[in-house]
Amino acid sequence: MSGAPSDSVRADPVLSVRDLRIGVGRNNELLHGVSFDILPGETYGLVGESGSGKSITGLSVMGLLKRPLQVTAGSISFQGEDMLKLGRRARRKLRGDRMAMIFQEPMTALNPLATIGRQIAEMFVIHRGMGWSEARRKAVEALESVRVPSPEERARSYPHQLSGGMRQRVMIAIALACRPDLLIADEPTTALDVTVQAGVLELIAELCKAEGTAVLLVSHDLGVIANMCRRVGVMDRGRLVEEQDTKALFENPLHPYTRGLLAARPRLGSRPVAGRGRLTELDEVVADEERGREAPTLTTPRGLRLEATA
Amino acid sequence: MRLRFNFALGLLLALLVIAAAVGSGWLAPYDPVMDADLMNSEMPPSWEHWLGTDGQGRDVFSRVLFGARVSLTVGLVSQLINSCIGTALGVSAGYFGGWWDDLVNGLTNVMLAIPSLVFALAIMAVLGPGLPSLLIALGLTNWSWTCRIARSSTLSLKSQGFVQAAKTAGFGDTNIMRTQILPNILGPVLVIATLGIGGAVLAEAALSFLGVGIRPPQPSWGNMLTDARELIRTAPWASVFPGLAIFATVLGFNLLGDGLRDMLDPHMRTRRT
Repeated sequence: MSGAPSDSVRADPVLSVRDLRIGVGRNNELLHGVSFDILPGETYGLVGESGSGKSITGLSVMGLLKRPLQVTAGSISFQGEDMLKLGRRARRKLRGDRMAMIFQEPMTALNPLATIGRQIAEMFVIHRGMGWSEARRKAVEALESVRVPSPEERARSYPHQLSGGMRQRVMIAIALACRPDLLIADEPTTALDVTVQAGVLELIAELCKAEGTAVLLVSHDLGVIANMCRRVGVMDRGRLVEEQDTKALFENPLHPYTRGLLAARPRLGSRPVAGRGRLTELDEVVADEERGREAPTLTTPRGLRLEATA
Repeated sequence: MRLRFNFALGLLLALLVIAAAVGSGWLAPYDPVMDADLMNSEMPPSWEHWLGTDGQGRDVFSRVLFGARVSLTVGLVSQLINSCIGTALGVSAGYFGGWWDDLVNGLTNVMLAIPSLVFALAIMAVLGPGLPSLLIALGLTNWSWTCRIARSSTLSLKSQGFVQAAKTAGFGDTNIMRTQILPNILGPVLVIATLGIGGAVLAEAALSFLGVGIRPPQPSWGNMLTDARELIRTAPWASVFPGLAIFATVLGFNLLGDGLRDMLDPHMRTRRT
């Protein structure tokens, strides 16, 4: 087991993933033993390039891995309960209630034939057993909380009548409707305009802070990670290569891959003035032998809260 | 424009048939069974008998009106049964996949391989003639297209974001099928059902013509044709008008179904984007 930062843990983690292995069948392993903890109210970022295993990690926590993908070893404990030992029904009850998820694509993630209000209200009906009229009222409140203008009217509109940013707000309202303890946001802003991105991220941060919801933010955008997260895990080729507090990670990356990732991001003004400077590519910075090796995750203990969020 | 006209014509014909079926009790000038007048048999159309009389002197107009009841009941009810069976099997097969999908697919292919009229004939032979057995026979033999369409639509919907999102939101399987998938496939299923009504009316006429449908004294367009078969030279009106009624009904519901399909398709597309 790779070194978990047990010495600095003050509260019991909401989510504790230990040596998680995911494979296609028994032989082809895609995720080679990933371990991390998320504390209550903490925003934890997972960065890495495409195919590094960020999304399947998120999906396996939700219990939504699709065949032929399956968890082959390890444990996922959510609020002290081992998710992998729970039955299908019990896991389904947790989904949307105690743990929720936001997807990348707000355009297709809403049912085109049901009103926004109804789709939010369904959450209350399913998980809280409310009647429709009460659920509908709560849905309008939820829309208001994600700052959708004139929520009363918007609740009656259909998804195609809303912009991408608005739809993602609706998705957030659905995800946070039952005040979950853990929100998994899988590239929540990738499909949105940069200007809308900031607003949506701010909204997620604010609502989760108010409710004490822990967030697992999956992204390949280092800027988003830097703004949102207190703690960051870097994934590469199915391994968690490094985990540090955000500030420490950006100031002092430990793993060569992380250094490569940080060096490869485009920076404003980094080009020679008139020339056509090339962007740094990952391969130039980090040698291939450094990647995909069996090695423990490089971690530093969690720092003080104030220091980390600065 | 042409499209609208077709749809309007279909709607008009369908409404006419519905009106005839519902209002036959008031509209018909004579009783379709009891008012037989052998002295006045094989009378050509006149003011007294608008569409003439048949071989037993019964008013053809009244019998055509009452025949609409049978045809419409058979058309609507059997299609309702077909749609329910087809949708339930198709959606569940597409959604769950695996052995259930294979089983349903196999069954669908078997149903498609046997001509549905022959199958219905076999069921009628077992159950005996009459309206209830007609409904069962036609309701159980024509669901394969609905099933196929429902299955393929479900397959493509299953990978859509909102079905995935519903799963993450903790919806159960039945709940997802009911609230997420069913509303989205209702369009094509409705179109197939409407188109199928015409087919069911034809099948009813065919079965009644063959003598295994509606029992003779009760009028149905099919058995009216059988009765009038020998009179086709002497009293052509007795077979022409029920035939026209079948023609108009089938045409009406087919145009209606076509129009619905054309209206629903672009509609769905604009809604999705």
